[in-house]
Amino acid sequence: MIGPSSSHTAGACKLGKVAYKLAKGDIKKVVFMLHGSFAKTYRGHGTDKALLGGILGFDADDERIKYSFELAKKEELLFQFEEADLGDVHPNTVKILIEKNDGVKMAIIGSSIGGGNIKIIEIDGVELEFTGEYPTLIVPHRDMPGVIAKTTAILSQYEINIAFMRVYRYNKGNNAFMIIETDSPICTDVIGHIKSVDNVINAYLVTIN
Amino acid sequence: MNFTKGVELLSLCNDKKLRICDVMVEREMVLANSSKEEIIDKISISLEIMKNSIEKGLTEDIKSVSGLIGGDAKKISIRSKSEKPVCGNLMSKAISYSMAVLEVNAAMGKIVAAPTAGSSGILPATLICLAEEFSLTDEQLVEGILTASAIGMIISRNATVAGAEGGCQAETGSAAAMAAAAVVELMGGTPEAALHAAATCIKNVLGLVCDPIAGLVEAPCEKRNAIGVANALISAEMALAGVESIIPFDEVVDTMLRVGRSLPFELRESALGGLAATPTGLRIKKEILG
Repeated sequence: MIGPSSSHTAGACKLGKVAYKLAKGDIKKVVFMLHGSFAKTYRGHGTDKALLGGILGFDADDERIKYSFELAKKEELLFQFEEADLGDVHPNTVKILIEKNDGVKMAIIGSSIGGGNIKIIEIDGVELEFTGEYPTLIVPHRDMPGVIAKTTAILSQYEINIAFMRVYRYNKGNNAFMIIETDSPICTDVIGHIKSVDNVINAYLVTIN
Repeated sequence: MNFTKGVELLSLCNDKKLRICDVMVEREMVLANSSKEEIIDKISISLEIMKNSIEKGLTEDIKSVSGLIGGDAKKISIRSKSEKPVCGNLMSKAISYSMAVLEVNAAMGKIVAAPTAGSSGILPATLICLAEEFSLTDEQLVEGILTASAIGMIISRNATVAGAEGGCQAETGSAAAMAAAAVVELMGGTPEAALHAAATCIKNVLGLVCDPIAGLVEAPCEKRNAIGVANALISAEMALAGVESIIPFDEVVDTMLRVGRSLPFELRESALGGLAATPTGLRIKKEILG
């Protein structure tokens, strides 16, 4: 990794990268709301450069992290850092507010829990949890019977073992999503196949390692 | 072949007559679904980065991003060539190597987090010095990293390695514990002895606060990495001689978490307390960050 802090640099970069993946790289503006130790030490640790580097799609060992401010400006990406109190969360936590080019807004909250490891704890107001340690499939879908069964059946067809899986929903019968962490990599075929399932809105993969 | 506690690791070692590094490689093979060669290749890349970061810190003119540290590793290495080191050649070298890595880290250079960037000097310095002193091969060093990672995995699973959560004890204490266990196994000690060494390391710095000046991973971090290698070597020496930790490793790890939780926010990588809050610390912060 690139120094100086695994929590504040490598972990921060990974959090940015997850946000980048969730927004599919289509980001016009980003606001980072920094909590706890992140808020107090982000300049010294290069947390700001690392978060922004992640948003630009860099990995934690990318030597371009050092120059992420200049690179973001060159890409005309708007960015801003704020100190914030995000409540009873890990001391190294950030809320990432994204505005995509089509005007769609996203909000991702994640913590850097030490040694460069991370945990995403909220996406668009829904509390959840995944670490990015495993290939992670995020499947927004309509909360209807059979959607989960059909999705997992596809994974079984491709002999992909599910390590962890959780389902979340906003309201009964409305928008919901699955988070599926698997043992083996997931290829684009599988994702295309899952997208074709009735009532599946989208499917995308988040891998950070 | 999985374990989350020291006792589980020991029973795996004892049942199958394996070393910690052997158990760890088997665990990784299953979890990462990879061959032994793939695991070893991956660790060899880390070993190479570790060596390069030491080399870079000792040969290049390093200045941290803020300008607060840089060149200290070199000073120790230069003095050891003209004067007899007070703490012996091995220790003197280990100190300068660990500081070299920290300086490279503070300059936003490439290092291996072991377990974190702020404590990244301890494991490479300890291992590379030992290799030079006892003519160890890279294959043996890879085994040492495996032993160390088993210890690091147990600590991060049951406690924390984040300074923001547990203070410096969780960073340089964990790194020293990892390095000490590696030294014990590389020197032919038993898995039990390796865990005694790891426990001793954490006990020696229990309660150590994380109070970086201006929030930078520079001072006092660099010197605490130097004390970390000393901690690792001293604890390994004791364990190899059969000196045991009275409190078992798992209980020490739990203690470290509890002590970390009771540290106030000011002393957990917030740059609000400890040395960061001294008149000099505050002046430096103002000079660097404005």
